[in-house]
Amino acid sequence: MPPILASVENLTVRFHPHRQTLLLRQRIRNVFTARDGGSFLALDNVSFSAAAGEGIAILGQNGAGKSTLLSVLAGVLKPDGGVVRVGGRVGALLELGAGFHPDLTGRENLTLYAALLGLGRREIAERFDSILEFSELGGFIGEPVKNYSAGMRLRLAFSVAIHVDAPIVMVDEVLAVGDAAFTHKCIERVKLLRKEGRLLLYVTHATAGLDAVCNRAIWLHRGRLIQDGPVNEVAAAYNSFMADPERRFCDPASRNAPTVS
Amino acid sequence: MSATPNAAPPPVLSSPAWSGDTSFLLYQIVLKDFRIRYRNMSLGIFWSVLNPMVMIVLLTFIFTQVFVNHTPKYPLVILTGLIPYNFFALAWSTATTSLTDNSTLFKRIPIRCEMIPVGVVLANIMHLVVQLGLLVVIGLFYGVYPNWHWLWLFLLWGLELICIMGLGLASAALHVVLRDIRYIVESANTVLFWLVPIFYTFAMVPDRFKELYQFNPVSALVLASRLVILEHRHPPETLLWKLALVSAFSFVAGLAIFRKLQSRFYSYL
Repeated sequence: MPPILASVENLTVRFHPHRQTLLLRQRIRNVFTARDGGSFLALDNVSFSAAAGEGIAILGQNGAGKSTLLSVLAGVLKPDGGVVRVGGRVGALLELGAGFHPDLTGRENLTLYAALLGLGRREIAERFDSILEFSELGGFIGEPVKNYSAGMRLRLAFSVAIHVDAPIVMVDEVLAVGDAAFTHKCIERVKLLRKEGRLLLYVTHATAGLDAVCNRAIWLHRGRLIQDGPVNEVAAAYNSFMADPERRFCDPASRNAPTVS
Repeated sequence: MSATPNAAPPPVLSSPAWSGDTSFLLYQIVLKDFRIRYRNMSLGIFWSVLNPMVMIVLLTFIFTQVFVNHTPKYPLVILTGLIPYNFFALAWSTATTSLTDNSTLFKRIPIRCEMIPVGVVLANIMHLVVQLGLLVVIGLFYGVYPNWHWLWLFLLWGLELICIMGLGLASAALHVVLRDIRYIVESANTVLFWLVPIFYTFAMVPDRFKELYQFNPVSALVLASRLVILEHRHPPETLLWKLALVSAFSFVAGLAIFRKLQSRFYSYL
């Protein structure tokens, strides 16, 4: 049995969208009108655990809590309730625009991003050539990142992230912007990482061919974990739910199915 | 099921936290800030010299020709006041917006966010070094040469840095929650320009306010710098204690405010 690398128990995250009034006048107005903007649960009592070598797809419609879940696992968001446990150095949460400054060159951003992910001077020097080679950016590495396309930024971010020895690799919907060749290369690399015993958490909306990358899937809906099982089973249930124009709840496994408007 | 590495013992699970080379990361954050600031200036470091030069000429004209006063080595008096003030004002205001400007650095990676405002304050040191170079040059012109008392400047500037870091930590964290803070900081800096003895000397300050002036960390630094540079005297002990007290309080309080607000950064950025 492979060791557990991540476990969450009864994870709950509550957001207060109306508290984020950022200007003084709004604050003062809120004091006088004394209205509480209300809140919602971005994650509602979610529990699961994941073992080394697993590839877990996280499915769900927009606003289902997928990115919130990854943020909690990455350690950037403290949950309001429940317990999060991960093994080893915290992984990179890959998403577009993370950690890059447009005015810095690719090389400077590479070093900064690697340092943010915890690599030291010597480690970066040792891995620099390998990172650059994987990214296939060549001479563009000396250009400011503001001149990069979304795909080129992905190449840089992904190449750095896989060169950090994090046991958990989290990818949040970024691979879609890469060209076919690079996406294929990323997927091959991700499979290799799983073989090495790392844990992949993969947020995506593209369920076709997902079983090549993931063995398991988790379906979130409005912060709740609806289904957790083999990737094809969960993807099929999720797809039939999304295909239903009224989005009626059609999962028999969930006893207290949320009412969907 | 997938392949399993058998050699390694099962990992110990713990709450997700950042681990890595903290000092290297801080160095990279400072370097980034420095690069961005000077890359888009065609004259680069020259701008650090130009601003105080303009101010010296302007203030010297006004306070020797318009309002006549006979303070000796007046441009040097201005410069010893202007350099601490400029550093304080710039470092504090850039630190205030540092978290909102650099949210991509820590929104997805659980680094110690304190590094961001602290790094921005440190990045301003380069600016300071250039201006202190200007001070030495103008000092030589007026026949003022470096002496052993100048070593006191390191202690004084160290205390000042700690003070600004404290203020910067507090204002940066507050600015995340309340985006008006930067304007309050700007106004405070304008007020400070007049309350710090830049174009006047500490001797001109009425006696009943002198005590109060020494608790203003920027005034204290100006006062001590002038004693060291212009009068070749070591700064009085009481002044050092006051500066140390204010700086320590600022840092501890700033860090406490920062830590208190830190949990809100995720949802406010």
